[in-house]
Amino acid sequence: MIGIPQAISTSEGFTPPGPGDFNLPPVFGSEETFGFLGQSFSTGATKPMFLVVLSAVLVVGLLWASSRHAALVPGRMQFAGEAVYGFVRNGIARDFINEQDRMRFVPFLFTIFTFVLVNNYYGIFPVLQFPSMSRIGYVVALALLSWIVYNAVGIARHGFVGYLKHQTMPGGITGPILLMLVPLEFFSNIIVRPITLTLRLFATMFAGHLLLLVFALGGEYLVFEYSGFIGVIGGIFSWVMAIAISFLEMLIMFLQAYVFTLLTAMYIGLALAEEH
Amino acid sequence: MEGTLNMIGLGLAAIGPGIGIGLIFAAFVSGVARQPEAENKLRSIAILGFVLAEQLFIIGVALAFVL
Repeated sequence: MIGIPQAISTSEGFTPPGPGDFNLPPVFGSEETFGFLGQSFSTGATKPMFLVVLSAVLVVGLLWASSRHAALVPGRMQFAGEAVYGFVRNGIARDFINEQDRMRFVPFLFTIFTFVLVNNYYGIFPVLQFPSMSRIGYVVALALLSWIVYNAVGIARHGFVGYLKHQTMPGGITGPILLMLVPLEFFSNIIVRPITLTLRLFATMFAGHLLLLVFALGGEYLVFEYSGFIGVIGGIFSWVMAIAISFLEMLIMFLQAYVFTLLTAMYIGLALAEEH
Repeated sequence: MEGTLNMIGLGLAAIGPGIGIGLIFAAFVSGVARQPEAENKLRSIAILGFVLAEQLFIIGVALAFVL
């Protein structure tokens, strides 16, 4: 696979992996790079782009295969597909969106959940091993989508002024305290929500992948470059740690997909709610 | 030894959410122990609290790399 990072050994010793390791070289297309925010980016098509397209193909293909021969008594594939769907509908949507609106949003939540889940699990999938959600651009797009949806349904339900009032004025509070509360609520409900939604998914995927890199590359350096018995022992221990962290990552990747969907459902539910 | 002070700050910033998340799940565990049938209802509330507490650290991670 293209763009496999390797431990860099210089005369100064081990160079730890950093954010630069996430800027993969282009698979095809121009080799030109441009600088942005102090990092260099390539203009060609890179690995995460293909991974995201592949994830869409995978999700559609798997779900289509699982529902193609839908029957009253589900087969193995159908059962698996329905288990995921049931998890989103009963485990996430039912807790946060009220009864009459719920089914309109379940397909959206289900799409987000499966898409984020597959893209997260790329991080530990052999050969691919790059969580595409560790590039912030993809996460920004998802968070913006969820931001647009919850604001749009809120405005459609309450009207523009009514929605702003709904989001910024908690019920039962009157008087001068509103002067302080309204900007605060506006800031937290309209501005901060998409930012935190983005940063949470991005930063956990980024940090998890970086952690794996540190242990895997550190082990490689210790075994092959650092002379002596201690180096070999330490390197093997570091690789064992990398495997242990992979299991932790499995949990975190699922949890982040769950949390992203849960928060989207909660925002939609709050925007639709009649009164706090 | 070289490095940036940001990373020490990041380590310090992990203390607060760490304690907070511990308290949230401690409450979750004792809640389930008292009333096992409420586990599913409590879990989503606990995860929500966990997410909000974790948020502070996530912002810290982002700022540690940006600043």
